[in-house]
Amino acid sequence: MTHHPPVVDWATDFDHTDARWVENPFPIWDELRHTCPVAHSDRYGGTWLPVRHGDVVAVAYDTEHFTSRSVVVSEVRPGPNDLPAPIGLAPPITSDPPFHALARRLLLPAFSPKAIAGWEALTRDLCRELLAATSGRREIDAAIDYAQHIPLRVIIGMLGFPQEDADIFRRFISQVLEDVAATPEERQAVIESGEIDQYMDERIAEHLAHPRDDLTSYLLDAELDGNKLAPEHVRGTMILLMIAGIDTTWSAIGASLWHLAQHPADRRRLAADPELMPTAVEEFLRAYAPVTMARMVAQDFEFRGRAFKEGDWLLLPFPAANRDDTVFPDASSVVLDRADNRHAAFGLGIHRCIGSNLARMEVRVALEEWIGRYPDFELTDPSLVTWSPGQVRGPRRIPVRIL
Amino acid sequence: MRVHVDPDRCQGHNRCYALAPSLFAIDELGYASELNGGLVPPEQEEAARRAAANCPEYAVSIVDSDAGASP
Repeated sequence: MTHHPPVVDWATDFDHTDARWVENPFPIWDELRHTCPVAHSDRYGGTWLPVRHGDVVAVAYDTEHFTSRSVVVSEVRPGPNDLPAPIGLAPPITSDPPFHALARRLLLPAFSPKAIAGWEALTRDLCRELLAATSGRREIDAAIDYAQHIPLRVIIGMLGFPQEDADIFRRFISQVLEDVAATPEERQAVIESGEIDQYMDERIAEHLAHPRDDLTSYLLDAELDGNKLAPEHVRGTMILLMIAGIDTTWSAIGASLWHLAQHPADRRRLAADPELMPTAVEEFLRAYAPVTMARMVAQDFEFRGRAFKEGDWLLLPFPAANRDDTVFPDASSVVLDRADNRHAAFGLGIHRCIGSNLARMEVRVALEEWIGRYPDFELTDPSLVTWSPGQVRGPRRIPVRIL
Repeated sequence: MRVHVDPDRCQGHNRCYALAPSLFAIDELGYASELNGGLVPPEQEEAARRAAANCPEYAVSIVDSDAGASP
């Protein structure tokens, strides 16, 4: 898949699909934080990388000099007319002010703490069902047999799609988020195949014919300024919920289990003290935040002494911000009861992850149920663990032995 | 002790509400505000401190009766 030569100098030629970054990006960011806190690479047509917490915050808050028009760095650079303005491909994540606030407002009530609490029982049943299916096995893949299914099936449930379509969803996600190092021709072919749009259009047609009590019908019924949403807005938002809501949380659950598989003291502590779980979940989210966002520079300007040019990409690594020792003492250690933890795993500013309450609930329930059933487990072979490439980082294979 | 949520900074992370549900309310869009004029009962002071220390946007501040505001 990757056509890129290996990275030699991370300060001048970084690549987030490089095997070393995919395997373990933390030493790379730690070094850059001291040597070159705003790195540049000519790859992808020119990309910036701030790694200090303060600089990540500054970019996240600056919607004047940065646009969210495209938030996935790839070889395909959107041109001025490529995306339907002002909506963007997947509103509101790809929208800028002032349209952003309108598009976001529509979705917020569906993701409030109260609304999400309504999905906890289904999530817990699903986790128990997945664990029951592993009964009698001594070796399980915590990603393939467990983590990946949980957010996938919850989102399918929220959107009111057929559960049998889970595999179609997994393929979409892989194409959009992981194949970013594909050539422009390969990536364009995927986009132009129209498979995702066609799938969504079919679901929209079904829901228009037979409205139901789900998020799809909610979006189709929603109004902006007295008008129903444009079809491309509904479709884009559904694609966003699917892509942003699934492999992100799957990565967080997987990374937490990967950590626990290697830290018996942390396993014992969580098994003995279930009330510690919400605090521990925040620490897993800080230490293994899955999502690096991206921006494009909206206008030429100078940032921390570097000349940013309109149209440059910028990776916005919230996971690197979370490892900044100046904000998080002992940042590279996982401290399950870390009491002061203002981590940025869900982003900062107006684009704060709209599904953060959902993700937190899913991670907590998934870990509670796993620890309840399998309090003791270890990696069968650490070299078999694989991590996803691209801007959503999580373990895709976690073979564990039940002890 | 009093707590205050800066509505211009709050982005609806809901951390304060999760850590100190008796001190904060969340509106239907997920944005937080302090309850009871921000007054913190003595037994909730640690919860208030944690709510402030866990806000990713530095939106929650604490005002001690005999000291100035701190983030």
